[in-house]
Amino acid sequence: MTAAPALAVDRHASYPDAQIKSILRGVKTIAMVGASTNWNRPSYFAMKYLQDKGYRVIPVNPGPAGQTVLGEKIYASLRDIPDKVDMVDVFRAAEHVPPIAADAIAIGAKILWMQLGVRNDAAAETAESAGLTVIMNRCPKIEYGRLSGELGWHGFNSGVITSKRRKI
Amino acid sequence: MTRNSRYGFETLSIHAGAGPDPATGARSTPIYQTTAFVFDDADHAASLFNLQTFGYIYGRLTNPTTAVLEERIASLEGGRGATCTASGHSAQMLAFFPLLQPGDEFISSRRLYGGSITQFTRTFKKFGWSGVLVDTDEPENVRRAITPKTKAIFCESLANPGGVISDIEVLAKIAHENGLPLIVDNTMATPYLCRPIEWGADLVVHSTTKFLSGHGNAMGGAVVDSGTFDWGQGDKFPSLSKPEPAYHGLTFTETFGDLAYTIYGHAVGLRDLGPTMAPMNAYLTIMGCETLALRMQRHIENAQAVAEYLSRHPQVAWVSYAGLKGNPYHALAKKYLPKGAGSVFTIGIKGGYDAGVKVVESVDLFSHLANIGDTRSLIIHPASTTHRQLSVEQATAAGAGPDVLRLSIGLESIDDILRDLDQALGQAARLAA
Repeated sequence: MTAAPALAVDRHASYPDAQIKSILRGVKTIAMVGASTNWNRPSYFAMKYLQDKGYRVIPVNPGPAGQTVLGEKIYASLRDIPDKVDMVDVFRAAEHVPPIAADAIAIGAKILWMQLGVRNDAAAETAESAGLTVIMNRCPKIEYGRLSGELGWHGFNSGVITSKRRKI
Repeated sequence: MTRNSRYGFETLSIHAGAGPDPATGARSTPIYQTTAFVFDDADHAASLFNLQTFGYIYGRLTNPTTAVLEERIASLEGGRGATCTASGHSAQMLAFFPLLQPGDEFISSRRLYGGSITQFTRTFKKFGWSGVLVDTDEPENVRRAITPKTKAIFCESLANPGGVISDIEVLAKIAHENGLPLIVDNTMATPYLCRPIEWGADLVVHSTTKFLSGHGNAMGGAVVDSGTFDWGQGDKFPSLSKPEPAYHGLTFTETFGDLAYTIYGHAVGLRDLGPTMAPMNAYLTIMGCETLALRMQRHIENAQAVAEYLSRHPQVAWVSYAGLKGNPYHALAKKYLPKGAGSVFTIGIKGGYDAGVKVVESVDLFSHLANIGDTRSLIIHPASTTHRQLSVEQATAAGAGPDVLRLSIGLESIDDILRDLDQALGQAARLAA
């Protein structure tokens, strides 16, 4: 019998529930890069949902910059936002992430979150070395719904077992 | 993805999906016997109808009691999500509905529950869907049957009624090499005996009417999605990967990621086809799931004892139970069903069709009816009942020839089960003499 080959540990394959919970409890202001003014785009869904849960979501998109979506002014870039941002949520393809990561570091965000289907390990490493926490290939709306029990309303496996009434 | 891996099967059977009721703290899952749910305001209603937020709208799509059962079954199967339906048959319809367009095909094992063969080869034709039946005991038959119109491969983990076991791992490999999902009906095995997703299955369907509810009192079905199949590949599954006109051009895979298949099942499948599980039946099935492990242990213990007894009985020509040494599926049973080969199997009675009819009319403890997976022991003569819509060739291929009796061994005292079978077989012998 030969020894099993050493496997590189993929720290971003899964995240502990406790880590996701602590992020979602800790952040108040989320800058959403790639936010859309089209009500039927996934980013609009996520922005509306996160606003309903009490987060302030600041949309970032150079195209419609200056317009307003869901009551918030759209900025052309992260560096244009005058307010403090806790978390940057990226709704852009993986190859566009590195400059966004650089901006997230520059504006002092604590969390860099890449959406479901978005993963850029180099950008993640840059952000992590600057002290940011990085989540990739997840949706904060889905994670919030999963951990609060709302996702279970639609028949999904939340992975949560509890004898207490749920709260996020 | 978190899949409850730190909890054991029995814990998940009791707890998954069912925390205390958020409104009242009720510890047992309440039966939400309501058709509809109020909206907070017009904006909340709009968000719900647009699928922008999670929540309840109307009982045809979702219900809090049913949702507990859906999470329970998804968790027991190690899946991402589940859609419960009014019956096992509607679960099969809903499983294929996101995958098939008119003119499409799927390949299925020809050894299936007879009702599934009829649904696949006759009724689905009216939707323009073609079920192509092949002998999956030789898995290469599946590869040879694949055409550009093929969209899925289907089998039963443990087939009803013949005690046939599918080589799930091999079938999954063939499916994936061709960009197709493998759908496994896991009704007869239950996730206690076999978890097809761990062997590569992409979707699992159930008739929850059987062992999951377990008491012969609640109709239901379930479709479980593993969450790992890439529905976006090659434009093969446009319902999931192309803009959906009925939701203002929303694309399910883009918007919902690995939730897409299950959300489609509720938001389009149940909404437009309508085979919703009743909340009362969901509740009864939740109760059944809580004791699934205990019941299955006794089911397989009794079934093994009955199979061994009948294999030595002078009136019995053969016993098709994969838990018996020498059975052609014994090796596959050891691989896929190591705890036991289920509790439904067939026997061949000496004396053929007439002797089979005599036995089902002579039992006192066994119930002569068309169901399986009850606390009660059940018996049926498929050739004169469940499989009578099939030709003799189809019925024989499905393991339901004229001499075949199907037994579903219940949870009664084993001595009483054996005594009842023995007296009924004796009456059939006297008829032949």
